[in-house]
Order: sequence, then C-alpha cells, then structure tokens
Amino acid sequence: MKRHLISAADLSRDDALLILDTADELAKISERSIKKLPTLRGRTVVNLFFEDSTRTRISFEAAAKRLSADVINFSAKGSSVSKGESLKDTALTLEAMGADAVVIRHGASGAPHRLAGWVRGSVVNAGDGTHEHPTQALLDAFTMRRRLGPLDGRRVTIVGDVLHSRVARSNVLLLSTLGAEVTLVAPPTLLPVTVDSWPCEVSYDLDTVLPKSDVVMMLRVQRERMNAAFFPTEREYSRRYGLDRDRVAKMHDDAIVMHPGPMNRGMEIAAEVADSPRSTIVEQVANGVTTRMAVLYLLLGGADLGGEIQ
Amino acid sequence: MTSIVIKGARILGGEPADILIRDGVVAEIGQGLSGDETVDARGLIALPGLVDLHTHLREPGREDAETVATGTRAAALGGYTAVHAMANTEPVADTAGVVEQVWRLGQEAGHCDVRPVGAVTVGLAGERLAELGAMADSAARVRVFSDDGKCVSDAVLMRRALEYVKAFDGVVAQHAQEPRLTAGAQMNEGAVSGRLGLTGWPAVAEEAIIARDCLLAAHVGSRLHVCHLSTAGSVEIVRWAKSKGWNVTAEVTPHHLLLTDDLVEDSPVGSYNPIYKVNPPLRTRADVEALREALADGTIDCVATDHAPHPVEDKETEWAAAAMGMIGLETALSVVQEAMVETGLLDWAGVAERMSCAPARIGRLEGHGRPIEVGAPANITLYDAAVRAEVDPAGYASKSRNTPYEGRTLPGRVVATFLRGRPTVLDGKLA
Repeated sequence: MKRHLISAADLSRDDALLILDTADELAKISERSIKKLPTLRGRTVVNLFFEDSTRTRISFEAAAKRLSADVINFSAKGSSVSKGESLKDTALTLEAMGADAVVIRHGASGAPHRLAGWVRGSVVNAGDGTHEHPTQALLDAFTMRRRLGPLDGRRVTIVGDVLHSRVARSNVLLLSTLGAEVTLVAPPTLLPVTVDSWPCEVSYDLDTVLPKSDVVMMLRVQRERMNAAFFPTEREYSRRYGLDRDRVAKMHDDAIVMHPGPMNRGMEIAAEVADSPRSTIVEQVANGVTTRMAVLYLLLGGADLGGEIQ
Repeated sequence: MTSIVIKGARILGGEPADILIRDGVVAEIGQGLSGDETVDARGLIALPGLVDLHTHLREPGREDAETVATGTRAAALGGYTAVHAMANTEPVADTAGVVEQVWRLGQEAGHCDVRPVGAVTVGLAGERLAELGAMADSAARVRVFSDDGKCVSDAVLMRRALEYVKAFDGVVAQHAQEPRLTAGAQMNEGAVSGRLGLTGWPAVAEEAIIARDCLLAAHVGSRLHVCHLSTAGSVEIVRWAKSKGWNVTAEVTPHHLLLTDDLVEDSPVGSYNPIYKVNPPLRTRADVEALREALADGTIDCVATDHAPHPVEDKETEWAAAAMGMIGLETALSVVQEAMVETGLLDWAGVAERMSCAPARIGRLEGHGRPIEVGAPANITLYDAAVRAEVDPAGYASKSRNTPYEGRTLPGRVVATFLRGRPTVLDGKLA
C-alpha cells in the first residue's frame, strides 16, 4: 500500500482486496460489546474538514477512536479559498502537532495532493471537490461484496450527476480494479465530455440498463444544477432518471439499490425504494466505519489482525 | 557617446561579422572593425532586440509580485529591448494618467522601453469604453488596447472599440474567453480535467470569440490582434481570416508551444501543482503541434510571453485558489529555441521576425524590430544557442518565481542586450 489514500487509482487490486478483507475482520469487532482495539494507541489522527460533512467526519472519528487513536477534529469553517489561513499554513500547524494521519475533506479538487506535499503523515482523502472520495468507494464495494459476494463480473449501474460526483469517479476506478462492469447513466449534460476514456460504459437510458444490473447506485442531484441548465426541471429529471417503484420492478430479484447519501427523496429516489429491503443505504453507513478503520489501520502500519481479534 | 564594436557575432545565425555601434545606431557592419569598447561575441547569434507584446509588470498595485523596474530587468536579461505592459493593474491602466505613470517608470528604470497597453473598457468591467483617444495622445502614445485577463465579450462594445481605434491606427488585442462557457474553469476541458474533477475550460470558448472578432474586424475594417492563441481550432480560424485578407494578427506564448495539460495530473512537482495553472490553460499535444506549425507558417505572427508574476503564497495553495499565470521573460528565447529551432521549424531569422519585428510592427513601436543594418537603432540581443542549463529561478531578476521550467534543462542563454547602443546586459548579467 502507498503511504496516502488520495485516489481510488492509488489502489492495486491486491491493496483493495486487503482493505476489504481487513474490514471483514474488523466488522467482527463492531459486533462485540466492547468495540475497541488498542492498535493505534498513541497515534494521532486529525480530521481536517473544510466542508461540512457530519456523516463522513463522524464516521472517520468513530473509526479512529475504535482503534484507540487520539483524534483531533479541526473544523475549518469556510475554506482557505476565502480570506484567512492558507491550506499550507494549516498543514504546517498539523505538522507541528505531530499528526500521524490527516483525513481531509475540502471543496477544492486536488487539495489532498497538495497537503501530501506539506506533511509527513499519511493523508486520507475524505472527499475533494468534484474529484474523488475513495473511502466511499471502498465502503460501497464492501457493502456490495457482503450482499453479492465477489465483484468480478458484477454489473454496477451508477445513475445521476456523474460530472460533479466524486463518489462516481472513485467508484468507477475502484470497481473496475475489482473486476466489476460499470455503466454510467445520466443526461449528457451531467457527464464529463471525455467520459468515453473512462473504464466503463455509458447510457442515457436507465430503463434499458436496469434489467441487467446487479447494483443500481443513485447519486444525489443538487437542485441548483437545474438553475445552471444541466436539466430543464426536477420533474423531468425525476421522470427520466429517478428510481421509483415501477423502475425497481424491472430489476432482477437479487439486485440491490445504493445511495451514498444524503438523499433527495422523491427526486432521484422514491422514499419507498430507499426504505425497501433492496436498499443498502443504512448498511453503507455502518460499513463506512468498518472500512475506514481498515484504511487507517493499514496506512498507519497495522500488522496481522488475527491475534487482536481473538 | 563612445563607440562599441561587437566582434564576430553571427547576425541571424549567419557568418561572423563585426558590428560597430556609434551614437546608439549601427554605424558599420564588416570585418576587422574597432571601437572605443569591444564586446567579444564570437560564437554568439545576434538578433534584433526582442519585443514583447504581452507583459504583466504589475505596477501600480501589485508591487509584491513585480515592479516596472524588476520586470524590465527580467526583460533585459531575456534579451528584450521593449515590452508592452498590460493594463490589468490596480488601478487599471484605463486613463492617460496611469499609462503615463507606467511609461515614466519604464523610462526611469532604463532597462528596456516600456509601452503601456491601454484598457479597452473602464476598470476592465466590459461596460463602457475607456478614453482610448486620451491614452493614444498621451506621452505613452498607446497603440495597443486590451482588457487582457478579461474578454471584451459584449459584441457591440468590441465592435465600437475596433472602429474607434482606427482614428489613431490602434489595435484591439483580445483575450478570447467566452465568460459563460468558462465560468469557474480551472484547466483545459478534456480527459485530464474529467479525471481530476477540475472544471473544464473548453477550446470552443476561445474559438467562438476569435471567430466573432475576426468577423467584426472585417466588418468595420479594423485591426484585431488575438492574444495567446492556445488551440488547434483557433489556429484554423485565424488562418481562415488571413486567407480572406483581413487585418488579423495573433500571438502564442512560449509555454503553449512546449507544455501540455497532462502536467496538471502528473509532473515532477506532483499532481495539481498550480505552477501549471495559467489562462488560457495548457492544452493537448495536438494543440501544441498545431500552434508550432502555425507559428512556423506565419498564421501566428509572433511569440508573446504573457509574463504573469505571482508571489509564492498565491501559488502555494490548492489548485482552485491559486492565481493563474507563469513568468516567462527570462526563459522565452530558450523555450522558443527548444520548441521551434531545435525541431527545425524556424531558423534564427524566423525567430527574429516573430520575437522582434512582428510584435514591434503590430504595436506600432518605432525604433524596435528593425533588422540589424547600418542606420538602424542599435537594439541588439546576443545569444549563445550552444549551451544548455538547468533552470534555477533563484537567480531571476523578476520578483516572482512562478516558472514551470524549474529543474528542467533548457538550451541557450542571453549573453548581452543593447538598448540603442547602451548595454543593459553584459556577460549574462545586468550591465
């Protein structure tokens, strides 16, 4: 494994499988009454969040604490793009505090790459702009694997605002590394113009793709995109790309529905679909902690887990 | 004034000859000449002093990045005897007062001639024409007008500006960037921007404006100059406009002749390093090839540096927050040698035409861009094309260090620069 986890492209197939297998082992701990391991005692993990993201921040915090790491939450209200301390100055401050790992969420694509050049510790990308969110892709893969088994040859359909989605980018990279076949479905306005160079298929028609999908992953669509003419109206978007009961009926019986959250119920996903047995949305949250534990554990030099879990 | 003889220089890369300078003018060219002072130029190429149509000197307003004095020192070290100082200063050079201030600062510094560029619109706001006539009539004698950094996107304003400058043989230099198509744009729109999640700056946003402006310039019978062409499509549009006989000229920067957008993803200085953030953005290999060909065949008239100094804190940030631009005065000739001469696309006469004669002609800059011949002002650059060295900005005269070539080996070195017979640079150092 590399020292940082900044892009899903940083992970070889073996790296990715090691993280998922480690997460499988760590999941057993989450089922115990005492959910803590001493593994990272004395290590410091900094959560550096330049964007509000309660879900991801809490997930990383829980992961670090379950491994007995000291956690510093550094919530930078507003970002260095606005006036105030620069990202570099913040990095130098963290360096002085002796951070072993920095988990960064930032509104600017590439901010974790820059940070990695300024700190000695490991950098974990918790979402940077419209670039990537690799631990989300890992927890998604972990969730799929638990439901469906090995991902080789599995067909995953990702639906929605791919252009602005860091989740989609990381998922396409990781899932193709793991042998899955990915299809992106979106209006052409919400796909990068060079999406044909990505390791996936593209379709504009959700209904033809659904019967062939093992996984349908819905992406959040921000309503403000409508104002920028990415699509005409919410109603039209929902009709063409929303996952409702009628569309779910076209999926085969074992196929699952995923969503990274937060959801626009009624826009990209109907409430009854989100709450159905096919939906893994709540599992994804629980799996997020486990998967992030595995990432921190392996980046900070974890050894074989076997003895600790016994 | 004493006489100087330059011994054994190869004018435009030709046979060695002596050049005698007296009273700031080339007095004689021949063999075995002598003067009060001698400069040994054996093995060096003599070019007419370089002229830059596109320099950001940052004064007034951003003296932390560059001043007229430091920027013109950098220019002299790069072989330049004249630069056009862009108008996007603070305050904007949109009045006779500001352009005269910049012009005087250049005179006082004395490293090279400074010809201010006047803003087309008040405050670069794109709403009202600035007093173009007052700037043209001022001591600075402005002939080039540009809102560079911003595009004059309003078609009516652009038309009026093109028409109005005909009264004093001015030229409007357009920064071609359709603002709506490039809102929030961070880098060239293509495969790399898609992977990196950076908002794309599509080629069509440049090409659409250039096409419109060529048509406007033809319609009103005026001169249009297109700043920093960066795409193969832009080249085709300019080629078409020239084929119609329209009065359209164009420039390309050295960095667009050498660097490509994949450096944003993968370079010796890592990913997302804003040292490569520039406007217009670095494009693809195919664009670079088209730009080189167009510069060679005359579709693109000249090389312009777009020297854009920024203090280190404006680049040591995340990509989106970083300033756009690169310094270029001290590396321009070396980059052109690598991209154009060493590839066989241009000889030294061709370099002289594109880095001295054409920019002086477009800017209506008298006394510059003349061939090195008897009676011409002695604006001369002596260049050693045989050396290669690693770029180390630590020794640059520019106040800023934002060069994309740090650590890269480039050919050539400016050994001496003469401004009307007076050495501004000798032995590669400020005289």
